[in-house]
Amino acid sequence: MMSQVFKCHKIVEGCVEADITLSKDDIMFYLIRPEDGVMIETGHDMEGRSMAKKILAFPSGKGSSVVQADGLFQLMKKDNQPAGMIVERAETVLVTSAIIFEIPMVDKVDPAFYETVQEGDHIRLDAVNEEITIL
Amino acid sequence: MNLNKEQQDMLDGRMGPGVQLAMKVQVAIGESFNAERLVPITRAHVALSNQDADQWLAKKMVSMGAKCKVPPTVNPGFSLCWFKDRALVDDEDYAFMKATHDAYRALGAKLTYNCTPYIDTNVPNYGEVIAFSESSATPYANAVWGARTNREGANSALFASITGYVPEYGLLLDENRKGTILVEVQAHMDNDYKYHMLGMCGKKIGHGIPVFVGLPKHISKEALRNLGAELNTSGAYDMYHIVGVTPEAPTIEVAFGGKEPERKVIITDDDLLTARDEISIVGNRSIDFVMFGCPHFTLDECLHIREQIGKRRLKVPMYILTSEHTKTTAKLMGLDEALEDKGAHIVPATCPDQPSWKFLKNKVGLTESPKCAYYPKRRGIDFVIRDLDTCIEGAITGEVQ
Repeated sequence: MMSQVFKCHKIVEGCVEADITLSKDDIMFYLIRPEDGVMIETGHDMEGRSMAKKILAFPSGKGSSVVQADGLFQLMKKDNQPAGMIVERAETVLVTSAIIFEIPMVDKVDPAFYETVQEGDHIRLDAVNEEITIL
Repeated sequence: MNLNKEQQDMLDGRMGPGVQLAMKVQVAIGESFNAERLVPITRAHVALSNQDADQWLAKKMVSMGAKCKVPPTVNPGFSLCWFKDRALVDDEDYAFMKATHDAYRALGAKLTYNCTPYIDTNVPNYGEVIAFSESSATPYANAVWGARTNREGANSALFASITGYVPEYGLLLDENRKGTILVEVQAHMDNDYKYHMLGMCGKKIGHGIPVFVGLPKHISKEALRNLGAELNTSGAYDMYHIVGVTPEAPTIEVAFGGKEPERKVIITDDDLLTARDEISIVGNRSIDFVMFGCPHFTLDECLHIREQIGKRRLKVPMYILTSEHTKTTAKLMGLDEALEDKGAHIVPATCPDQPSWKFLKNKVGLTESPKCAYYPKRRGIDFVIRDLDTCIEGAITGEVQ
């Protein structure tokens, strides 16, 4: 299969390749277990699934204006942070956390990407050139 | 982004490396939201958390020589003396909080240790451009006072305090402050707790700026505090309107800026109950303690609790989390002593999500605040959620239905 390329908008620069994991719900990094990157929030779309070293696609951030950053920091201490992030609605708390911890992040992705991509697809997130490729 | 001479000097490092780093991050934030310029702020609130990332950043800024140009008020970690005096905190956690305290002191922050600055210590005026983090503070400042702030992170609010500027985007601009979702409240909003539950309906309300109709004309400051706190626990909301109540919503038309709502949502009593049952552990059980004050309780709420307890005594301890100055006022009034006498403790300058509460691990608490129940989950503390008066009764009987 030919790889497919989709346009996006850079928030935090960087270029990473990894499997993608998709969340229908907004994410609060504080309720993710640092030891394995598994979501522990009850009733969350990602409950029981890990985002460690994966490219995480989700609608938006939510929750506290401070433990969001701490959640990411704890994941990084155990090297279980997402490799990259694709968001639909960037919000300041999430954006600032990604900038400080230098996790490549994009928004404004071509809507066709969401219709095409499947859980577990191997993708390249190139924030520098504002492109996402399904490999 | 266009920077003026002073801002460019900051970015170039002429005001030191700390200011330079703060400016660099703020420019990156501004660029990701397509801001054209930076605008000055007149006040700030930093949601200090006394957690690893928070202390790491505060110390880093101190070591880089940063000072707050606009001294911010700060959220609580935990009260060093309250927990030390009662031998409830170990040396390691004490030393950690002390280090956070010292770092913010060195940065020149106002050490108010209160998560409801918008009620007393840091109240903005209408139209003032500010940088407020703390999930309950941002919506209160925007919606209730009509000040202008984005949903700052604790870190971006600290950078704004250091540089004195914020990028101009989002809620700083008129066009982005208008409502997008019409929320018709059919639920009976007869106490402040119901506003907690209304805020927890974020999943049903969906993304956008809610415009509430059907709410009472008089809504207490505590209810508005609860609404904002939970909107930001269940989603990421920085603004809402209540028609006929909040200043930018005298009418539905003004609240929506003359446009049609993108969506209409109805909230009923059933929705509030469903929201509660999703987040509360089940009732009909004995409980070990009761906790209030997430966000911090007001003096009026402390008075209400004493009134409700009346001549009775508590069977399980009650922790009422408030600001240091509410505690002081309660002492002056004899209220603090009266509550202590019943077995209720006013704990100043403390957040439920702190290591000082380790002694409650694996115990079951009772609270009226979903936010209080949400974050300490990571610390192995579970909560039953009920309305305030039911919680007070629970403290007296040691049980909850």
